[in-house]
This record gives sequence, C-alpha cells and structure tokens, in this order.
Amino acid sequence: MNTTVGLVVNPVAGLGGTVALKGSDGAEAQRRARALGATPRAGARTALALAELRARRPGVRVLTVAGDMGGEALRGSGLTGEVVCDRPPRTTADDTRRAAAALAKAGAGLILFSGGDGTARDVLDAVGETVPAVGIPAGVKMHSAVYAVTPRAAGEVAAAFLSGTAEPEAAEVIDRDGEDIVLYGLLSVPRLADRVQRGKVGSTRTGGDDLAGITAELADRGTAGLVDVYGPGTTTHGVLRALGVDAPPTGVTVVADGVCLDPDADAAALLRLTEGRRARIVVSPIGGQGFLFGRGNQQITPALLRAVGPERIAVVCGESKLAALGGRPLLVDTGDDDLDATLTGYLPIVTGRRRHVMYRVGER
Amino acid sequence: MTGQIAPKPPLRRYQAARWDEPLVFELTQPGQRGVLPPSPEPGIAADAVAELPPALRRTAPPELPEIAQNAVLRHYLRLSQENLGADLNIDIGQGTCTMKYSPKVNDRLVSGHKLAELHPRQDDETVQGVLEIMWRLERMLAEISGMDRVTLQPGAGSAAIWTNVAMIRAYHESRGEGHRDQVITTIFSHPSNAACAATAGYEVITLYPDADGYPDLDALKAAVSDRTAALFITNPEDTGIFNPRIAEFVEAVHAVGGLAAYDQANANGVLGITRARDAGFDLCHFNLHKTFSTPHACGGPAAGACAVTEELAPFLPRPTIEHDGERYRLDHDRPESVGKIRPFTGVAPNLVRAYAWIAGLGAEGLREVAEIAVLNNNYLMTQMLKIRGVSAPYAEGKRRVEQVRYSWQKLTEDTGVHSEEIGLRAADYGVHYWTSHHPYVVPEPATLEPTESYSRRDLDEYLAIMRAVAEEAYSDPETVRTAPHRSSVHRNREESLEDAASWAVTWRAYRRKHAAT
Repeated sequence: MNTTVGLVVNPVAGLGGTVALKGSDGAEAQRRARALGATPRAGARTALALAELRARRPGVRVLTVAGDMGGEALRGSGLTGEVVCDRPPRTTADDTRRAAAALAKAGAGLILFSGGDGTARDVLDAVGETVPAVGIPAGVKMHSAVYAVTPRAAGEVAAAFLSGTAEPEAAEVIDRDGEDIVLYGLLSVPRLADRVQRGKVGSTRTGGDDLAGITAELADRGTAGLVDVYGPGTTTHGVLRALGVDAPPTGVTVVADGVCLDPDADAAALLRLTEGRRARIVVSPIGGQGFLFGRGNQQITPALLRAVGPERIAVVCGESKLAALGGRPLLVDTGDDDLDATLTGYLPIVTGRRRHVMYRVGER
Repeated sequence: MTGQIAPKPPLRRYQAARWDEPLVFELTQPGQRGVLPPSPEPGIAADAVAELPPALRRTAPPELPEIAQNAVLRHYLRLSQENLGADLNIDIGQGTCTMKYSPKVNDRLVSGHKLAELHPRQDDETVQGVLEIMWRLERMLAEISGMDRVTLQPGAGSAAIWTNVAMIRAYHESRGEGHRDQVITTIFSHPSNAACAATAGYEVITLYPDADGYPDLDALKAAVSDRTAALFITNPEDTGIFNPRIAEFVEAVHAVGGLAAYDQANANGVLGITRARDAGFDLCHFNLHKTFSTPHACGGPAAGACAVTEELAPFLPRPTIEHDGERYRLDHDRPESVGKIRPFTGVAPNLVRAYAWIAGLGAEGLREVAEIAVLNNNYLMTQMLKIRGVSAPYAEGKRRVEQVRYSWQKLTEDTGVHSEEIGLRAADYGVHYWTSHHPYVVPEPATLEPTESYSRRDLDEYLAIMRAVAEEAYSDPETVRTAPHRSSVHRNREESLEDAASWAVTWRAYRRKHAAT
C-alpha cells in the first residue's frame, strides 16, 4: 500500500471569513480581506492536522509544496518528507491545481489539502477520482462533503486510510457561485464513521444510509412507461449507478424504462423529453443547506416542476445527511414564489425500501 | 510504624483480568469428557441410534468441544472475570437500558425447586401458585399503565413491540381495515419500533426532532392518513426530554383511525406519575428487565409485557390467564388471538422476580423509585455540565427525566478525542458508557442513566472519572485516544462488524472465513 501523503495548503484560505467576506477567491477579495486586517488561518489548521497524523502514523512520508503551501507546515510538524513542487511568488487557483497534479505525479497515495470549496475544486480539477483526497477545513465556504469535521479529524482520516481502515468513497465537491450552489464533481474521500464533515455533508458515511433500499423503493413504485428525471448529487448518482446508467453526478439525467435518454440534460431537453409523458422527478438535497430546488439543479425549472406535478417529486436522502441538518428544514428557491409555496410543507423523504422520514420543506 | 492503612488514591487503580483465553473450540483435546454417562442397563438397546429413522441419523459425529469438567469451569470463570458486569461496576453508562440493581433475594425465590422444577405441561390445577403470581403481576402492570388487560408472554422488549404490532394488525383486519400499511415512529424512539413494524411488512415513517429536540407534531399531522395503522413512540425519548404534547400526538393518530402504542420499555422516570392510558394510548409495553429489575442477563432471557385496552384484548396472545374468583386457568380458546409469541406463558423466573420486586415496593415505593431516579439523573447532569467540553443538547436550561444524551462535540473540536474514546478510557477506571443509536443525531453522543439504585457516593465516583478523563483529553489526548490500557482486551476491530467477509458468529464460519489467517 502507498503510504505517502501529498500535502497542499492554500495559503490564503479562510482569509475572507474573519472579516465577514463570503469567500477568499481572487486577488481582489484577498486584498480587501488583508486591508480589513484579516490573517490567513490555513497554516495553523494544517499544523493541527499534521500533529494528529504524526500521533497516529509517526512514520508517514509527506510530499509537499514549497513555503506556505506546505513546506513550512511540514518543517514544523516533525514528520519526514520533501518538497516536490515550487511556490510562485503570488499564488492563484492555478497553483493549487499545478501543485496537486505534481503531488499525484510524485507518487502521493492520498492528498491532504487545506482550504475551502475553491481549493477542493482545484484538487478535483487536478486529480479527479484518481487519487483519494481529504480536506482540512480551513476555508470560508465549505459546502463540499470532502472535509473532515475538524483539522485534527483530517489527520485522523488520513491515518486511518493509510492503515487500511477507511475506504474511499465518492463525495460531493460543491461551491457557491453567487446565490447558486453548483455541484462540480466527485472526489474520492476516505470514509471514517462520524469523521467526515456532518454539518455540511454529502452521503459519505453509511450511518443509517441505505442506497440499495432507496433504489429498490424507487423501483417498487413502478417505473414502466415512466420518464425519470434524476437531479445531481451522490445519492441520485448512486441510484443511477445501481441501475447501470453512466451519467455525470453533476448533471440532470433522464431515464425511461432502464434506458438513459440524456445523461446531462438542459432545461429545454427536460421539457421536451417529458412532454406528454408520465414523469417523475427524483432529487436529493444539495449541499449543507439542504436545498431541494433552485441550487445546483436549475435545469429543473418551474415549468418542468409544474408540468410533471409537485406530487410526482420523489426526494431521496441518506439518514445521516438528514441528521446533519440538525432540525433545519429543507429549502426550495425555484424563483417562482407560488410554486415555492406549493412545495412548502412536509414531504416524505425516501430513506430506504418502505422507509420514509416526514420532513419539513421551507421555513415555518 | 503505626499500622495505618495507606490512603487510597482519588481514582481506583483498576486493572481488569487479562487471561488471553482461547475459544472453547480451541481448547478441545480429542477424547476428553466432562461427564461420563453410565453404560446402558440390561434390556436397553445397546445401540439406541439404530432405532432412529435413517433420515435423523448423523453420518458424522458433531464437532463439539471435547473438554474436561474443570477445564470448562475454568474457561467460563475466566471469561466472566473479563466482564464489566452490572454487579461489578457503577453501571450508569448504559443509558436507555435502565441498569438498576436486581436484588439477590429475588434470585433465591426462583432458584428453589418450587418454581425451577415446574413443568409447563403440568395441569393448571397443579400450578395454581405460579398462575396466581402471573395473574397478580398482570393486574399490577394494568394498574401501572391504566390499561385493561396484560400479556406476559413476550420474552424480551422487541418481542413485546412485535406483539403490539401483531395485535394492531389483527385489530385493523378485524374491522375490515387491513389496507392500513404505515407505522409512524420517531428517530429518538427505540429502533426496535421501526424494525418490528418493518418486519411485519409495514411501511415506516420516521419523524425527526424540531430544533428544541421535541418530535415534530406538524410532521406527524402531515404523515397521518387512512393508511396509518399506528404510532409507536417513546416518552421521554432517548434524550431524557419529556414530550408535553404527547396527548396531541395520540389525538392526531386517533383522528384518522390509527392506534397509538407507547414504548415504555423504560418507564423508570414516570412510574406512578404518568400512565399510558391517561395520555390516550391504546397499547404499551414494558421491559421487565429495565423498569422492573429483572436481570438483563447476556441478551436474555428477559421478559416483556404488553398492556392493552379492552378493545384490543381479544387479540392478546394465547393462552391468557383467567381467574374466576377462586381458581386460575389458561384460556386457549381465543379465536381472534394473534397466536403464540413464544411457547407457554412467558419467562416464569423473570415474571416471579418482577412480581416480587413490585410487591416489595408497593405503589408508594414505585413512585419513589421514579422520583429518586429523576433526582439522581438531574444531580448527575448538573455535575456533568460543569465538566469541560460536554453539553446536553436541546431544551436548554430545562431538566431531564431519567436519562440524558450528552454531547462531547466541544471536547472533540478542542482535542481531537472522540466520545467512544472517552468511554474506553473510562474502562481503565472500571466503568464505561454507551454512545447512542445510529444515526448520531446528537454529535459525539454519550447516554447516561443513573436509575434509583446508585448512591450519591457512586455518582460522585463516576463523575470524578468523567472529569479526570475529560481533563486528560485536554492535557494528554494520546493516552485517551489509545485507551483502554488496563482492560481485558485493547480494542475490537469494529469495522469487521460491517464486513460480511470477516464477521463470524459461529466457529464454523470463523474457520471458513479465516482459514488463511
């Protein structure tokens, strides 16, 4: 087993958070944050993760990037390793991508990255699902399900992966784009019960989650002659995989009688493919805020929802994801107030075969 | 030298026995025997096996362990020493299980020949004494719950829930309403409620708590329909929070023609204070090994009791125990009964223990049990919340009933130490605790339930251990994280419990799956 960890730190991650900015992406936000007196926090958080990793796996070897992108953290950690990638004088998102690719190329079996959703996207762009990765939570925006619950837990997850006790599973990389939440893709994240972020979590652990049961329940309801519209996300993607449909987890996928009509349909295609046919919309809450519609799946338009009928929506979700909402309701923001009002209330969420949770949609 | 005894340290220097004991199958030595039966007497067939039908004969002898009597005794004594049993530790960490003291005098009552040598096939006329005890116990539980009739047949809590599910199904079918196919429960009710309903073929709808930790009444109102067979709900829930609107929950289910079943597996905080019937419930069940002090044993045999209204009485398991004012008899002629839940009339020794426990306390004593259990719990909570890193989520500032689901989330964020690890470190001081059912709705959970059995000194000792372990998590997390250090085993590989390729519940499966290792 490869027991080499690649470490990349986004040195400006979290810069905006302490001064109430919505993120730290881009030079302008970083300049404003520094002007407001912000200091980066990624270094200190990385040190905690490495301390935990060292306590559990003292012999681990770390490959990293020069300076404040990892080299300094490595030096202070007491772990052994080497710098395999330089650090340009001014860092941008490109440098995270370049560094992650260099770490993978140098032989890292796991990438430990420190940052927020932007950093996760960069790691995703560089390595996809080819190398497992886990995030040290250090950013402002952390909607993705790829972070450990705390910096120390990131070290713990890394150690467990190296010991062979945490298997990697697909986890959502999500980022906010203005008011929208976009699902960018899936990273392969080692799963350790209760250690990967629950506050804003995807379906990475099995505590009560029953994907096979959800798939069976959807099938039990009768799919003959039905056009199924699957929203993006790990749960719906898992159902599609179980059905043998190969589609991107970020897209809206249309299936009828076991045949994939469109793996990544846009709004017009969805209306066209469902027109005049009995259809069903299968969605899962997106991101930590629990949005059902209006974030990350705008291809599912108010027109489509009205045409299919609100009563023909099946919401599927693992129980651990519902538990992580901490009693907060699921949300809808389709841009159509009347439709939102129709969708507000209580919905039976499919959590397994003949198993539901009656859950609140919309604020009281 | 003054001859004084050296003072004890503030915390015990506990050290569990560690025997590295092999499995009983590994102790086998071919030819060894624990008992040598006498040779057959003249006139008895020399080869009794030859008399059996061929289909019943083994072709090869069973591969049972071959061990001498003293080796068997030694083996099990050693295993017993590697336990943190209820009589050995301050057993308040197994919250929801109501680990109260089971008085030894009640064991003496049931170990004598008067009960132990009764046979369940004896004629009713020859077992009037034990039938009277069971009948009286039924009447006591009817009084405690406010219900009309009781069955003592279930062998455990989940069997009792199953019995209630079966009676509910029979009730609806008898009224031509067999289409009711949904059961509603809450995430903080015992998972057996959902499991038993699912086993019986019902669709299960679960309610999550609102932000204050109470089950969401509006969610219930959205869930009920003419498909609703029943609501199965605990109160107080596993959080120890009492749902003050419970009667409204029952009403919402009644309004659509459904029944309401109260999971009173643990009724320790409400004995003599509230009754299932008074909140409108149609059925309830008790675990006699929780509230009523019979031993939990090692996963049984236990005893469960179901209590129902007159309307549901025709569906009780058969036989029922009937009393005509003079004699007691078993009534097998109950055409609408759900049938048998287990053979005969229940786990008689545990029923006698429960009867003796209730009779010893009387009505006032039962209420005092609840009051002391609640006082103990609130004392424990008040002191626990002074410990760094722990909280009691939901219903802030309010008291709890008989147990509390705590959260070590703050301590975990500060130190990286998890709740399970604190429980394991506590084992180094001779106590332990349980976390929670899944999913962990409360993060980093720990559930403590002191019952009425433990003195303030006991609670203070447990608290001192919790305090010491929490402080250690901050000052020396490595020691906590690698605990236990003084227990019988270090750690179980829990991931193997989820891995069908490695788990093994029999010796045969163990050899098959682990032949190479």
